[in-house]
Amino acid sequence: MTVEHDSTYIPGKEDTSTGSKVVGFLRAMGAVVWKDLSAELRSRELLSAMLIFALLVILIFNFALDLDPATRRQSTITSGVLWVIFVFAGTLGLNRSMAIEKDRGCLDGLLLAPVDRSAIYFGKALGNLVFMLMVELIVLPIYSLLYNVNLFNPGLLLVILLGSIGYVAVGTLLAAMAVQARTRDILLPILLFPVVLPVILAAVKASTGFLDGSEMELIRPWLNLLLVYDIIFSAVAFMVFDYVVEE
Amino acid sequence: MIRVKKLIKRFGLKTVLRGLDFHVEQGEFVALLGPNGAGKTTFLRILASLSRPSMGGVSIAGYRLPDQASAVRRRLGVVSHLPLLYGDLTAEENLRFYGRMYGVRGLNQRVEEVLELVGLTTRRRDLVRTFSRGMQQRLAIGRAVLHDPDVMLFDEPHTGLDQDASAMLDTVLREVAARGRTVVMTSHDLARAADLASRFDILSRGVITSSVKRDEIDPNNLLAIYRQALQEA
Repeated sequence: MTVEHDSTYIPGKEDTSTGSKVVGFLRAMGAVVWKDLSAELRSRELLSAMLIFALLVILIFNFALDLDPATRRQSTITSGVLWVIFVFAGTLGLNRSMAIEKDRGCLDGLLLAPVDRSAIYFGKALGNLVFMLMVELIVLPIYSLLYNVNLFNPGLLLVILLGSIGYVAVGTLLAAMAVQARTRDILLPILLFPVVLPVILAAVKASTGFLDGSEMELIRPWLNLLLVYDIIFSAVAFMVFDYVVEE
Repeated sequence: MIRVKKLIKRFGLKTVLRGLDFHVEQGEFVALLGPNGAGKTTFLRILASLSRPSMGGVSIAGYRLPDQASAVRRRLGVVSHLPLLYGDLTAEENLRFYGRMYGVRGLNQRVEEVLELVGLTTRRRDLVRTFSRGMQQRLAIGRAVLHDPDVMLFDEPHTGLDQDASAMLDTVLREVAARGRTVVMTSHDLARAADLASRFDILSRGVITSSVKRDEIDPNNLLAIYRQALQEA
């Protein structure tokens, strides 16, 4: 009984060529995304929890702010409330996404695979990003209806995409760290919120700018901040994920 | 096949492994015995490249850990008391996922072979969370042999299994070992270890205190040898 491996496998010798490493990296990343999406499509645990939580936060803000209709439509209120919803629902999703890996020892199963461990990180991050964007796409029309605000602004959608990438890039790394602890549920927000503050600040400012119809000159610095943050933290995660998950 | 020299592992101020030496030749089935807290799981996690040694040398199939961890992982199959399987995927999906992670070619055929080996062909499309503990453990072995590894590490594989499930697991373990693989298994169950392994190493307080081959002793005396080794430690 012999098993054929793909071109990245040579018995008795590790193939270290760049091409085979890239193929192996992409294959492993794709496998992790496929696995997360397949499991979620079947159980719907993560998405439903994030969505219900997001809708509850919308309702709570609706009553808590109790503002007059004109104030409710102010762009500062809208963008602030939206990002609070995204951040809280996102934290719930990140915690659950890593808890699934830890509960049956699956994280060890992933780490035992002969692939660059950052492929596992990017696979998990991509899966988390898909879930977060799905929740955001459902939240936006509901918010629009309840608060009577038009949110279908291409600029705002770009900010949501960039902000979500930055949030998920850091969140996935810190969730992998927090999942090792017994107090993982409370540890993640404590670790995550201070680090992700620049993303929230930039996202709220840029969202407000687009909703106000401000000039691009005023919005661009915040968009640049989001872009730089996304790149830096993706690179940091790429470099340190191996050390974060190993004992 | 496995060479470990003066291995030390510390967690903060606590030293779990204290200069452990360990050698396994190709095709050997070594049972690693010892009381709770002796360091068996820590040692196996280091061999599996899931944990870094604090000091000392570890090499498997000629590859050093942790520097050549990726090459080592290609040659390793690991089964622990946790199944390392996704409950919301079917048996077949789990094997396909791990097959992709290991870059196994001809995956369809290989999945068929493995499902047959562990006797789960008829349950292939059932979600793993609906499986009994014994079935999950058999599938876990299937996952571990999917890429046809040279070395198998079993960490207390019988934990939580009833008599029938344990007996079925033993059959699969024998089949895995009969294919010439090198096997290291930790266990509390001396009778089961005596029945399966070709060598018995006793680990106590972070070092191997005794190592005996099956053909050098009467397996019925393993308990006495084990107790004596613990007393001398």
